[in-house]
Amino acid sequence: KVNDKRIRVSQPLTRGPSAFIPEKEVVQANTVVERTNFLVEEYSTSGRLDNITQVMSLHTQYLESFLRSQFYMLRMDGPLPLPYRHYIAIMAAARHQCSYLINMHVDEFLKTGGIAEWLNGLEYVPQRLKNLNEINKLLAHRPWLITKEHIQKLVKTGENNWSLPELVHAVVLLAHYHALASFVFGSGINPERDPEISNGFRLISVNNFCVCDLANDNNIENASLSGSNFGIVDSLSELEALMERMKRLQEEREDEEASQEEMSTRFEKEKKESLFVVSGDTFHSFPYSEFEEDMIITSDVSRYIEDPGFGYEDFARRGEEHLPTFRAQDYTWENHGFSLVNRLYSDIGHLLDEKFRMVYNLTYNTMATHEDVDTTMLRRALFNYVHCMFGIRYDDYDYGEVNQLLERSLKVYIKTVTCYPERTTKRMYDSYWRQFKHSEKVHVNLLLMEARMQAELLYALRAITRHLT
Amino acid sequence: MEKMSRVTTALGGSVLTGRTMHCHLDAPANAISVCRDAAQVVVAGRSIFKIYAIEEEQFVEKLNLRVGRKPSLNLSCADVVWHQMDENLLATAATNGVVVTWNLGRPSRNKQDQLFTEHKRTVNKVCFHPTEAHVLLSGSQDGFMKCFDLRRKDSVSTFSGQSESVRDVQFSIRDYFTFASTFENGNVQLWDIRRPDRCERMFTAHNGPVFCCDWHPEDRGWLATGGRDKMVKVWDMTTHRAKEMHCVQTIASVARVKWRPECRHHLATCSMMVDHNIYVWDVRRPFVPAAMFEEHRDVTTGIAWRHPHDPSFLLSGSKDSSLCQHLFRDASQPVERANPEGLCYGLFGDLAFAAKESLVAAESGRKPYTGDRRHPIFFKRKLDPAEPFAGLASSALSVFETEPGGGAMRWFVDTAERYALAGRPLAELCDHNAKVARELGRNQVAQTWTMLRTIYCSPGLLPTANLSHSMGKGGSCGLQLMNSFNLKDMAPGLGSETRLDRSKGDARSDTVLLDSSATLITNEDNEETEGSDVPADYLLGDVEGEDDELYLLDPEHTHPEEPECVLLQEAFPLRHEIVDTPPGPEHLQDKADSPHVSGSEADVASLAPVDSSFSLLSVSHALYDSRLPPDFFSVLVRDMLHFYAEQGDVQMAVSVLIVLGERVRKDIDEQTQEHWYTSYIDLLQRFRLWNVSNEVVKLSTSRAVSCLNQASTTLHVNCSHCKRPMSSRGWVCDRCHRCASMCAVCHHVVKGLFVWCQGCSHGGHLQHIMKWLEGSSHCPAGCGHLCEYS
Repeated sequence: KVNDKRIRVSQPLTRGPSAFIPEKEVVQANTVVERTNFLVEEYSTSGRLDNITQVMSLHTQYLESFLRSQFYMLRMDGPLPLPYRHYIAIMAAARHQCSYLINMHVDEFLKTGGIAEWLNGLEYVPQRLKNLNEINKLLAHRPWLITKEHIQKLVKTGENNWSLPELVHAVVLLAHYHALASFVFGSGINPERDPEISNGFRLISVNNFCVCDLANDNNIENASLSGSNFGIVDSLSELEALMERMKRLQEEREDEEASQEEMSTRFEKEKKESLFVVSGDTFHSFPYSEFEEDMIITSDVSRYIEDPGFGYEDFARRGEEHLPTFRAQDYTWENHGFSLVNRLYSDIGHLLDEKFRMVYNLTYNTMATHEDVDTTMLRRALFNYVHCMFGIRYDDYDYGEVNQLLERSLKVYIKTVTCYPERTTKRMYDSYWRQFKHSEKVHVNLLLMEARMQAELLYALRAITRHLT
Repeated sequence: MEKMSRVTTALGGSVLTGRTMHCHLDAPANAISVCRDAAQVVVAGRSIFKIYAIEEEQFVEKLNLRVGRKPSLNLSCADVVWHQMDENLLATAATNGVVVTWNLGRPSRNKQDQLFTEHKRTVNKVCFHPTEAHVLLSGSQDGFMKCFDLRRKDSVSTFSGQSESVRDVQFSIRDYFTFASTFENGNVQLWDIRRPDRCERMFTAHNGPVFCCDWHPEDRGWLATGGRDKMVKVWDMTTHRAKEMHCVQTIASVARVKWRPECRHHLATCSMMVDHNIYVWDVRRPFVPAAMFEEHRDVTTGIAWRHPHDPSFLLSGSKDSSLCQHLFRDASQPVERANPEGLCYGLFGDLAFAAKESLVAAESGRKPYTGDRRHPIFFKRKLDPAEPFAGLASSALSVFETEPGGGAMRWFVDTAERYALAGRPLAELCDHNAKVARELGRNQVAQTWTMLRTIYCSPGLLPTANLSHSMGKGGSCGLQLMNSFNLKDMAPGLGSETRLDRSKGDARSDTVLLDSSATLITNEDNEETEGSDVPADYLLGDVEGEDDELYLLDPEHTHPEEPECVLLQEAFPLRHEIVDTPPGPEHLQDKADSPHVSGSEADVASLAPVDSSFSLLSVSHALYDSRLPPDFFSVLVRDMLHFYAEQGDVQMAVSVLIVLGERVRKDIDEQTQEHWYTSYIDLLQRFRLWNVSNEVVKLSTSRAVSCLNQASTTLHVNCSHCKRPMSSRGWVCDRCHRCASMCAVCHHVVKGLFVWCQGCSHGGHLQHIMKWLEGSSHCPAGCGHLCEYS
């Protein structure tokens, strides 16, 4: 028997591992299941196939690098003790009220010998961990505000100081779990059904998106049923139009060249526009969300964070004279970030490098029903759009492309998932790229997640570099 | 003074002069390039593009090429290069993917000449052909290299690397048509400029991006590459396969590499992150840089030798917004600061010594070592074979060996193997270890163990026989103390005779002690003492002379007002009477050739007081049943452990620590314990006593130590058929679906211990093989091999 009994496939509460993706879409061919099981056995900390892994197994290649790097930062040689790592994961997930990740790591925290008392909240943890709060907050919502002063404050010699390797380890964990929270909400990961008796520290397994969903779901399904014919035609033409635009952009490049002023205004425009992308939408699709959030914040999650009201604020709104745009070419992951991270926390650089490379280059050359499509442009647009919202600008990128390739509903989705993941709804997930496969949408989520993680890392590592020089 | 000195070099008529100097730029530099007249340098960066004249005392800004009110991204330079044939021609690579050429001969303020917007991504590098006036090459993040003819508007040809981003392109200096390109995925490609369809040669040079490369100015086909993996490699491209000739390991990723003119084996490097210095390496000496320039406060982004035939001037630009001229003679030379002598102790007391050859040669006439006669040492000299750089560094290695068979550390190995550290009651452990130590002729240690037993195994509850036994031990310890003094003024033979007489039975030792105290009293007529305190007092008094600690030890038993000096004088013979009650005759022989006694008296003298003091005390309790709690001794035991550790016998310290466990642990601070543990484990491992070292690790309570056995516990197994790693289970291969380890006897899968013959590689269940080989000496698989099992 090849299948090992040790892997428990957790039974989700409803409809498979994800609330957004029908269960049958996640079911895989046998070889993939085997491969996934093997990966889980090798690299999972809990030793079971959780819902995140199940959804990610749609892209096994990526899954491997994801699990390897996650396993490395949680379990392998590193400057931080194991319970610390899980507690930091909890702190990171709490910034987005991601009860799924919190529950997962509460279990792991206790399993690795963490002190149960800490789970009562931040007042119960050592001051040293508490000091991480500020950087957690900034990194999660406004990473561009991190300066070398923040780093200095943490590493300054004293009773509760962090050594640089420890800090880098913590930063990597924080960035990883902020981004993973984006993926969890963006893919509508269902809570694990856990047969183990809860230990009192687990949060009630109700994600706010579930509540939203339950409230909205009927309507959505009805709507899609009634308008199915029209919808398909509509989205088909939508797809065709996108393909058309991609082709045109590719050709255009050669003949028409925008002026420099034009290029930089395009970036500014995209930045500014991202400002309006969500605000309008929130109002309409979240009649309950504010209330819901408040409730959850006060009850459970807030004990792991301070200043729960602090959230993403549009980069564009801040005005350029105070916050210069982060020039991607001046501090790149490949040249600078990698070397620093690898120096202070050995080998993680290689794992992250492989992961970023993997997600950026991952393609099946398909778009919905079409095959043999070069999707490089689309992937780059997604990646750079996320960085654009964090104020990172690529000199060699024409931000007009973003406008051409990413429709408004997709932009809404991207912005929500990367900046306010806890507000994602099934409707948002369904409303973009209706003709695309679910696995392709998961691919989008992976791109968003990694782009976000890289953006956070770049800001944090740049601050550390400045502290060092 | 040094900085002010000028260097003048005659170069075919023209003369280069200058000094180490720097000037402030307005913005961080990304790259620099030198004009062929060696008098001007261009600095380019995101928001700077200027030409400076290099004058004798300073840099003088000559031209600002960044004109226009709203500078466009085309001026945000990633790289800049000055044509080596044409003084008016420059090219820059912009971060937005544009390649710009500049003509300084243009009359207008704007010197921009041509604009090539063919690359889709940032252009990382531009390079002019060394001899052709109009040929320019560019390499970009989009993975393409383009060759431009400056007389035309578009590129002449495009080269696709078929892999990731291009990081550097360099025309070969010697081969007209060849250029090299380096890639983000670690590859280096060689191209012929006339054949854009495919590269001539490709090989993987580094792990991770190759940031830079440079052709050797003289040696045809020598290419230096530098990568993110912190290495500089020198390749010989003339052979069929690119051959790695040299490899220099630096401390940070290598951003630029430039061969030094006129010095065949020298090259300069700078780093992209963390390290701000510029190094000049002799590639034959890859561990120590030949020279180091430490002027910059942030990472150096561009380096260039000022003149292609002058090795002494180096220019550099940096992120710290400064431009520097470095003079080679002002460089710091790490070699000079390095310690040229190396010294290392071998496991068995051998000593290796390496030093400059000249130094050794001068001294080798002398007798190398004239110290200890008991350890004859001979001098062996091995010359390093094949010295590549004569004059630079040639050193000689000398090895001093202790006499073979001397077995200087034999006792350590034996002790480590035979000590019992856990699993039995404390008393037994102590006895066992004492026995081991005694058998190895280490009496001091043996006595310590016995004393520990006495202290910690509640003497009050023990039968009298044991008590007197402990007393006897105490006595023998005292004897050692005496010995150390008596060696001079007392014949050992006499002592041992008396001892032999005395050592009849345990029961008598009581009386001996009492006798002695009685004698003491009688000898001391002036003092009227009565009761139990007396012997103890005297004993204490005796030792006091050597060790003041006794006051602290037992304040209530001590009577400071007693005339100690008198006692002291008389104590020697008296003590002798007391002490010579050893438990067994073999002890005496040990005594005689014990290295401690015979070797160094001072050693024992310093050690004995500590030991004897509490042993004597214990005697006094035993006798008068005024027990002290073991806690009372913890200070002493602690001091004793420290003493052993300082003596170099960390083995004893750790063993006692483990055996006593909780009883002493709290008295010794964590760090010291950890230190002892790690030293002992290190020693054990050097002697390959893996089992013992594991036992020690396991028994240790220090977190940091017990962690040692929790790291890298993974065992990787490869399938015996397909040679692939077996990932999930150790006995069945996922790929070829075969069971990898079958037992040759029972033909079942082995899931537990698998033993196999190293000769024929057949094997099976441990039990089965053992059984089989009892009956037959041939391999159970029938291969005919005569297997051995040991």
